[in-house]
Amino acid sequence: MDPELIKDCVHCGFCLPTCPTYVLWGEEMDSPRGRIHLMAQHVEGTPVTPEMAGHFDACLGCMACVTACPSGVRYDRLIEQTRAVVEREHVRAPGERAIRELVFTLFPYRRRLRALRLPMRLATRLRPFLERVHPSLGAMAELVPPPARPVRLPPRVHAVGRRRATVGMLVGCVQSQFFPQVNAATARVLALEGCDVVIPPRQGCCGALSLHSGRDARRFATRTIETFERAGVEAVVVNVAGCGSSMKEYAEVLKDEPGGWAERAAALRVRDLAEYLVELGPVAPRHPLPVIVAYHDACHLAHAQGVRSQPRELLRAIPGLELREIAESAVCCGSAGTYNLFQPGPARDLGDRKARHVLATRADVLVSANPGCSMQIAAAMRRSGEGGMRVAHTAEVLDASLRGLGARALGGR
Amino acid sequence: MSDAVLDRLAVRFAELLPAGAVITDPVRLRTYECDGLTLHRAMPGIVVLPETAEQVAAVVRLCGEYDVPFVARGSGTGLSGGALPRTDGVLIVTSRMRRILEIDMPNRRAVVEPGVTNLAITEAVREQGYYYAPDPSSQQVCSIGGNVAENAGGAHCLKYGFTVNHILGLEIVTPDGEIVELSALDPGYDLLGAFVGSEGTLGIATKITVRLSRAPEAVTTLLAAFGSIEGGGAAVSAIIAAGIVPAAIEMMDALAVEAAEAAVGCAYPEGAGAVLIVELDGPRAEVEHQFTAVERICRETGAFEIRVAASTEERAAIWKGRKSAFAAVGRISPAYIVQDGVVPRTALPEVLAGIDRLQEEYGIRVANVFHAGDGNLHPLVLFDDAAPGEGERAATVSGRILDLCIEHGGSITGEHGVGVDKSRYMPKMFTEEDLDTMQLVRCAFDPRSLSNPGKVFPTPRLCGEVPGVRKGVHPLVESGRAEQF
Ligand SMILES: Cc1cc2nc3c(=O)[nH]c(=O)nc-3n(C[C@H](O)[C@H](O)[C@H](O)COP(=O)(O)OP(=O)(O)OC[C@H]3O[C@@H](n4cnc5c(N)ncnc54)[C@H](O)[C@@H]3O)c2cc1C
Ligand code: SF4
Ligand code: SF4
Repeated sequence: MDPELIKDCVHCGFCLPTCPTYVLWGEEMDSPRGRIHLMAQHVEGTPVTPEMAGHFDACLGCMACVTACPSGVRYDRLIEQTRAVVEREHVRAPGERAIRELVFTLFPYRRRLRALRLPMRLATRLRPFLERVHPSLGAMAELVPPPARPVRLPPRVHAVGRRRATVGMLVGCVQSQFFPQVNAATARVLALEGCDVVIPPRQGCCGALSLHSGRDARRFATRTIETFERAGVEAVVVNVAGCGSSMKEYAEVLKDEPGGWAERAAALRVRDLAEYLVELGPVAPRHPLPVIVAYHDACHLAHAQGVRSQPRELLRAIPGLELREIAESAVCCGSAGTYNLFQPGPARDLGDRKARHVLATRADVLVSANPGCSMQIAAAMRRSGEGGMRVAHTAEVLDASLRGLGARALGGR
Repeated sequence: MSDAVLDRLAVRFAELLPAGAVITDPVRLRTYECDGLTLHRAMPGIVVLPETAEQVAAVVRLCGEYDVPFVARGSGTGLSGGALPRTDGVLIVTSRMRRILEIDMPNRRAVVEPGVTNLAITEAVREQGYYYAPDPSSQQVCSIGGNVAENAGGAHCLKYGFTVNHILGLEIVTPDGEIVELSALDPGYDLLGAFVGSEGTLGIATKITVRLSRAPEAVTTLLAAFGSIEGGGAAVSAIIAAGIVPAAIEMMDALAVEAAEAAVGCAYPEGAGAVLIVELDGPRAEVEHQFTAVERICRETGAFEIRVAASTEERAAIWKGRKSAFAAVGRISPAYIVQDGVVPRTALPEVLAGIDRLQEEYGIRVANVFHAGDGNLHPLVLFDDAAPGEGERAATVSGRILDLCIEHGGSITGEHGVGVDKSRYMPKMFTEEDLDTMQLVRCAFDPRSLSNPGKVFPTPRLCGEVPGVRKGVHPLVESGRAEQF
């Protein structure tokens, strides 16, 4: 916990109202300002007490506070450093430790996740039992979406018409297992906009889960960099907010790594899909899509990458589409990477809150650019009993418009 | 207060309040040690997070029973140490009391709990074309209870008045734990008026009825860049002299602009010695008419660039720099003190020249931000807390700026309150008798001096003596100049 970064905080409190845990509990220790104060206490010599660790664990890492802070406090760096200290110094209860190990050994590996899909379906039926064993297991079971038809993506998708760029595409661990159709849509949209899309078949995890939990992500980072260097692309396009934000942090993660890794990381032009499409400018004709869409700001997109206007701009440009804003759009839905697994209580409360605001828009489709958010909000809407809403990725909406499929194409989840 | 008493009190609180609403863990307690003014710190004895007025009243009554002082806290954004806790006391935090209880559109008012943020009220009625007018820069986070306690102001208070002009009723918990309603319509003494601005020394507001104002038909925001502060100042005087009351006139000097630029990239005109933001609102025809006049005045007084916001986004962009100015200074300086003083508008140039001299004399930089329309200055005194002696010099400069304000017939605070930080300046503005009179009001509400003691007044003189214990008659009462009730 870098004292210089801590000192940047002037204690103005501007970050409080969009902090999800402050919104829930209204107490200083669970606000960004309070957490920074706890970090300062630690730097001044207070050991990590269980109470202190609890307040850090309760932080979703949503970075709403970074957006809100006028003093430019790098809370993102601070909490990453803090989590590493907590991992080192704080001894967790055995049950909690087991759950954390389970998640960290499963989620970053596509093959393991694939193997998990069937048992997870089973788990859905066993939920009440799992809930009793450990709330985290219950949460895991509740989130699983219905099985998806596997989609096989070729290693290269050729541009339609004149080629304007060659880009790499990250498929994402959770995305490719639970939302493969989103990756297919992404590749099609990029190709229709004139991009050759290179999809390295053996790409691994980008390291987002580890990075956001205070674990070592360097190995994931260097592997991913190598993969896309070999692909020979101008930019790496990412359609998962969480992955994009962590890939944009590679230079920072690898800054002390010998072998010029930081420079190599910086040379990798990582872009969120919406960000990239707006930079590139549209060429493919948009067909009408008469739907009402509520756009959800994923924290790792809006707060961590500052991508807010681009997806809205892309959606608004679709003829016939009406875009509606969700109240409290800056407040996290409670998914936040692994948060809904480790902190099922508050994650659930935040999910319910978000679902209420989403349903209040009376839109036809909820659009979110992060699979974690999509699962979280969909589960919360199911719980609410007020009927759900279709959930789609920005790429799927664009795909439907570009291919002229009509509103019905935005099926299912 | 002995720890044993606090321990017993904490147990009693836990019986009254919901789970998790009583904080005694030292690590947690310390996060409440200061408000927005970090200079003054004290770890509270106990923190409680009540959810209802009844719970607040019960807590206050128990404090009385154990003779323990208590301090109210809203969002902790105060800049005068008003919510500085007592190590021997209880901090009563309203951040869980944030329900909007009633929106009464026909009567244009809303009833809210004290922890509701200023901006949340506006957001709740914006769609209906209304808003809550007072707009402190901290409006997204500061609580309405804190606003009432500080009589908070904001850029638009020039035309629409301060918090006190927008509060129609209060429910308060008195320092002896009674729940009492005060209304602007009550005959007799204006107790509501006395409570607004009392900085937590007269009790705790638990329900607030605010006036809702109709959003103006038209709003025009103009940004004018001047070569110097003098040019900007001349424009302000000329605008007011022309009989125009803009919704807001804000001024920032070059250093403040630099900070805002670093923080939010507000892209104000380059090379400006001063930037003036003038906002006009009201019926469209009137706004257009006034706008022509203001634009002409700015040109005549030497503005080298004038920008007009054409859309809501552009208007927000102009305000963004100003609204973030305080916290933004963190980008250009490791530490700073936000000062708050008032001078008559006409004395502005002299006071600013005085501030310039202080900067040179002490080698300390000062960035200036003001509500220029009503002469409310916010000098931001910059220093490096790691450099030995700089903090003290900055504090001296900050204090001498207040002296300047007083010398020129102004005041030591425009909107941030006296708190603990400025109590020692009170004797410079008021005579002993003045202070005694104020103390009499205080004693009428809080004879045992349990509600936020040690704030506002330099020395708590009277309350120990009234009532009952009090020997003799207060000189003011004796001389017939004041009455005790
Ligand atoms: C960046 C920044 C900009 C600011 N800009 C402005 C501005 O433009 N104008 C302005 O006026 N102020 C401004 N302030 C100061 C501050 O925001 C206001 O004083 C605000 O009213 C404080 O509200 P709070 O909820 O944070 O109160 P706190 O700081 O928690 O408390 C302030 C005082 O109110 C008392 N109090 C709190 N709640 C209650 C209650 N329910 N009943 C009785 N007493 C109570 C406390 O005991 C304390 O004395 C600014 C502050 C910051 C950090
Ligand atoms: S990252 Fe999110 S949850 Fe954590 S302190 Fe910041 S706003 Fe709060
Ligand atoms: S907004 Fe920034 S400076 Fe203000 S309290 Fe939060 S982190 Fe600190």
